[in-house]
Amino acid sequence: MSLYYLQKLFYELNRNETLQVEFRANQEQVLDAFELTGEEREAVLLGNIGLLYVLGVNGQLLMHYAAFCGLAWPDYIQAMRDGITKYGQVRAGLYAMTDGKGAI
Amino acid sequence: MPLVFAGVTSHAPGITGRADQADPELKHGFRDALGHMREALEASKSDVLVVVAAEHFANFFFNNMPAYSMGMADFYDGPIEDENWLGIQRVRIPGNADLSDRMIRSIMNYTDLGYAQEWKFDHGIMVPLHFLTPDFKLPVIPVNINCQCPPLTPLHRTYEFGRALRKACDSVPERVAIVGTGGISHWPATPDSGKVNVQWDNDFLERWKNNDREALLSYSDEETYRDAGQGGFEIRTFIAISGATEGVTGDVWYYEPIPIYAVGCTVGVVNGFDE
Ligand SMILES: [Fe+2]
Repeated sequence: MSLYYLQKLFYELNRNETLQVEFRANQEQVLDAFELTGEEREAVLLGNIGLLYVLGVNGQLLMHYAAFCGLAWPDYIQAMRDGITKYGQVRAGLYAMTDGKGAI
Repeated sequence: MPLVFAGVTSHAPGITGRADQADPELKHGFRDALGHMREALEASKSDVLVVVAAEHFANFFFNNMPAYSMGMADFYDGPIEDENWLGIQRVRIPGNADLSDRMIRSIMNYTDLGYAQEWKFDHGIMVPLHFLTPDFKLPVIPVNINCQCPPLTPLHRTYEFGRALRKACDSVPERVAIVGTGGISHWPATPDSGKVNVQWDNDFLERWKNNDREALLSYSDEETYRDAGQGGFEIRTFIAISGATEGVTGDVWYYEPIPIYAVGCTVGVVNGFDE
């Protein structure tokens, strides 16, 4: 678990348009600069929003990556719910205390 | 000059980004109230607007997270988010580095804070400005209180920060307006997005209206997280305004939960600054 670096990737990506272009061109190379576990790296590469949520990525970072991956708002919400169903409770970060099932 | 205007409002990105997905009556009701707030702000003839906000990892991250920070630049750019996603075009907003410098020096007599000579506004500031200074011409000074991730500054420190901010406003010759922007209860950007605890919000707003210091400061973060979600941590922005207007009551001009905006949409104005 290296949630700090995983979130740092999204922090950098959200605020740096040059990095966004680089990332679109060569994801693997951009990811090499961040100390991610194999599971985290794969979740990013596959755009697996549900798993990223379960791994603990803060929604204020994740919602922008979801939009970057082309997900509309309801699809982003659904992806997190699907992630909970498939991978279980949020494992780290701010949401680890919630039941994570969603209220609506 | 003594402070010329103080208020609070919401900043959820859905307010502009998903504007038309809301019930039209709610959308227009909220926007009308924001319009009245804009008129009151304009009538105050302020030289500058200090926005006390809770940003969302746009400028401040876990590598170096200040509890309080204030902008000290002559301009700011925003929104940092995708323009289409937020529904607000990118724009350069004037600041006032000299005034920031004087206010920060004043605040530092009472409480510690960081300063920032570069600051990209996220929805936490852009959404309120979109309605309150729609031509983006009024100089703005941003303040950030970390409300995103614990450890968070205790509520009583936030009230003290508000007091210090008020002393700074009163100590400069410029006419200063302040607006706090955040929460109240909400679970933004999570599977619970859209959930609002109306009862909790109404109770909080009652405390805010009365500027009931003791009641405002009585929440623990555990209680807030349980009852008002992680978005509820943003009550700090409202409490800072209460600290800045200690002993003065306010009015809530609008409060309605608008689920697709993911927050109970709020417009509140502190009394007595319109004479
Ligand atoms: Fe917020």
